[in-house]
Amino acid sequence: MIVNLAILIPFIIAAFIPFVHKKITRIHIGWIVLFVPLLLFILLASFIPSISDGQTFAYTIPWIPSAGINFTTYLDGLSLIFGLLITGVGALVVVYSIYYLSSKESLTHFYIYLLLFMGAMLGVVLSDNIMILYVFWELTSISSFLLIAFWYHRKRSREGAQKSLLITVAGGFAMLVGFIMMTVMTNTFSVREMIGAAGEVSDHTLFLPALLLILLGAFTKSVQFPFHIWLPDAMEAPTPISAYLHSATMVKAGIYLVARFTPVFGGDTTWFWLVTGIGLLTLFWGAFNAIRQTDLKALLAYSTISQLGMIMSMFGMGSAALHNGYSPDSVVYTQATFAALFHLVNHSTFKGALFMVVGIIDHEVGTRDIRKLSGLITLMPISFTIMAIGSFSMAGLPPFNGFLSKEMFFTAALDTGALSIFSLDTLGATLPVIAWTASVLTFVYCMILVFKTFFGPYREEKLERPAHEPPVGMIVPPAILSFFVIAIFFFPNILGNHLLRPAINGIFPTFAAAGESLGRSISQWHGFNTELYMTIAIVILGTILFLTLRYWAGIYHLFPEKLSFNALYDFSLEQLETRSNSVTKSYMTGFLRDYFVYIFLLFIGLTGGAMIFTGAFDFDISGNAPIATYEWVLVIIMFSAGIAIPFAKSRLTAVLLYGVIGYLVAIFFVLMRAPDLALTQIVIETVTTVLFLVAYYFLPEWGKENTPKRTKVTNLIISLSVGAIFIVVALAVQNGRLFESISSFYENAYELAGGRNIVNTILGDFRALDTMLEVVVLLIAGLGVYAFIKLKYGKGNQNLEDK
Amino acid sequence: METVITILSGVLVSISTYMILSRSVIRIILGISIFSHGVHLLLLTMGGLKTGSVPLLGRGAESFTDALPQALILTSIVISFAVTALLLVLAYRVYQELGTDNVYDLRGFKDDL
Repeated sequence: MIVNLAILIPFIIAAFIPFVHKKITRIHIGWIVLFVPLLLFILLASFIPSISDGQTFAYTIPWIPSAGINFTTYLDGLSLIFGLLITGVGALVVVYSIYYLSSKESLTHFYIYLLLFMGAMLGVVLSDNIMILYVFWELTSISSFLLIAFWYHRKRSREGAQKSLLITVAGGFAMLVGFIMMTVMTNTFSVREMIGAAGEVSDHTLFLPALLLILLGAFTKSVQFPFHIWLPDAMEAPTPISAYLHSATMVKAGIYLVARFTPVFGGDTTWFWLVTGIGLLTLFWGAFNAIRQTDLKALLAYSTISQLGMIMSMFGMGSAALHNGYSPDSVVYTQATFAALFHLVNHSTFKGALFMVVGIIDHEVGTRDIRKLSGLITLMPISFTIMAIGSFSMAGLPPFNGFLSKEMFFTAALDTGALSIFSLDTLGATLPVIAWTASVLTFVYCMILVFKTFFGPYREEKLERPAHEPPVGMIVPPAILSFFVIAIFFFPNILGNHLLRPAINGIFPTFAAAGESLGRSISQWHGFNTELYMTIAIVILGTILFLTLRYWAGIYHLFPEKLSFNALYDFSLEQLETRSNSVTKSYMTGFLRDYFVYIFLLFIGLTGGAMIFTGAFDFDISGNAPIATYEWVLVIIMFSAGIAIPFAKSRLTAVLLYGVIGYLVAIFFVLMRAPDLALTQIVIETVTTVLFLVAYYFLPEWGKENTPKRTKVTNLIISLSVGAIFIVVALAVQNGRLFESISSFYENAYELAGGRNIVNTILGDFRALDTMLEVVVLLIAGLGVYAFIKLKYGKGNQNLEDK
Repeated sequence: METVITILSGVLVSISTYMILSRSVIRIILGISIFSHGVHLLLLTMGGLKTGSVPLLGRGAESFTDALPQALILTSIVISFAVTALLLVLAYRVYQELGTDNVYDLRGFKDDL
């Protein structure tokens, strides 16, 4: 219950932000917002003892029980890790943003979007019902879109927001289809029940499509190659947002999804190779491209891509443990998943800190271009220290937490590479090689981050403002994160035992059920082993590459810009616009006749087609009322008057003929025993004819229609077919009476409504509300008439439309 | 009689369709008005013709014609009058502002196309 409430709290508070902001102007609205993540963090942290004892919490609020959709939350180790990251980093980001954003910005929007995101993200990681999960998933995309476009007056912001939305929501749709397939296979919306049914689905025909589609959702969200292109453009968002959404939390939603579904799909060859392979490719490609960036935030964006690839690949490697089910030998391969969870936390700590420091530099100096920055160390020593801690941790150096998880990553790559399943006996060696190569590149860009920015000569003339330390409020949040970077290095097992072990038990439920203690004790020193040698080689080779950077940077120009995924994205977007524009233009001609033709053709096609197709035509004249001779005369007069109208040379003739039809209709009403109708018809017909005549006074004589003959023939054919189908349908309906008329009910009008005229009682009593609305329609029409006649443009904006 | 009236309303619908497809605004409005006549006749026919006496109580009649279509048509007559009036004024205003009653010349602004 309390977890369900935790998801909803941010949404509820967000609704009140505008009112609070109006009332309280003295203090920054961010301080009030801060209570939300802080409160939720403490709330979630209070679950740690029971979670580490192996408990889980589920609570269901029925929503649409008939469709099996319930607001069910499920809190286990995995969701707790994410929940703590979301609220913990969230609290720090809110503090940071208070000093980062000036009070002139539209802060209400900012904090509403932020809270919206926080609630949605908590919803993603805490929901057990996949439909609810999907809704929250898309909500994170939307709030991310709104936050990237926070400075919407910038073109690049808008484009970046659009790109992220298109890619992540497209992935989300794919994921939804995958979810539906899962539901079809397992007959449940609950993730837990799907995991329970994992063993039965792997032979199902939908298993592979569901796997691919769900991975598509995860990969687009977690910026895996080649969907990574949206993240660098998302850096147009304010830096607190980049730190929060685009490195610490939202982009990890895909990783969460992969971790969550590992028990279902893990052990499958496609799953293993896709997650591991794409992860490693992303790891390499991100690191490789990070080096050539000149914008600090872009560099961090690529490094985030790379690190997410690394985490992803570790989840892929860990899934190999499920291939042959539980056995004591395969437990060792779950270490990769353990390392992934560990690095997930580590990455959030150091990357959050790095983003915040880059934000500080940008905020204080006015630029984040590496070519302009240098020598800031003497002026911004605290920022330097935090940056160095973060970077060295990312590079995998001791004594920082990144060192531990990188060593575990190498262990995982080496162990998995030595497996003999999934044709790893031939390809296995590539795993540690790619891991190692990418790590060398990671080391290089980490050095760029620290040394290019803070060392060298200080050149104030290139900066917009002289460098100095920021206010304490901006330093404290990254300092807290970097404190964790070091603390986790020295006491990794506190984290490991209390959070990571429960989480991994959730990912490998079959192993946990066998009584296996998953996870391991993390230690700083393993003796001289392969992993350590790999790290030493990274430092040596990385340093050489960093020092000789300018000699080999030319290889980046070998890739033509035209062949990049960005160019492909731009090209498809452009084509989409022009193509859809030309398609639309081809039928939206602007000619009224064309639109009428579409309508009539559709009527002919659908109704006529249905008549022929179903054989509904039924013709029977036996029950007809007899026709007197004078009625025949009336019919013939009306018929001829109608035919004559289109041929009328002058409009006066036409309107007179029209009057003839109208009065004849009134006479027919009399003959058909409808006196009220006849009266109304005569009055209305008279007024209408007068109205036409008045209008003629203002309108030109109707000229000869100089329509081409072919169009005339087409019009004739269309109108004849419409009339024919009209008649056929009407006759068929008359003969197909399915039930008795309800009219006899109204014949008690005197008892029910106190009136003797049945038609009048229907209008004035039984259906009085309808009649009242009819009067409203008349009123609206009257207002329209008045407005058309009376209102004119003001002189000033007469040509407004022309411009 | 029902069949004859149905065919008659079909003819009216045909004529109105032809008018609606033409270029002059007045023709189109006239077409729409004729259309409603056709539909009214059809609606009344649907209830069956001359099945009883006028739907007025207290005159000793045993059975009545169907009162429900009559009520519907009464509403419809009034509404179609409102529509005709509005369309006529619209045509008037369009002619005042743009100097044409030909819908082929009313295709929006040149740079839109």
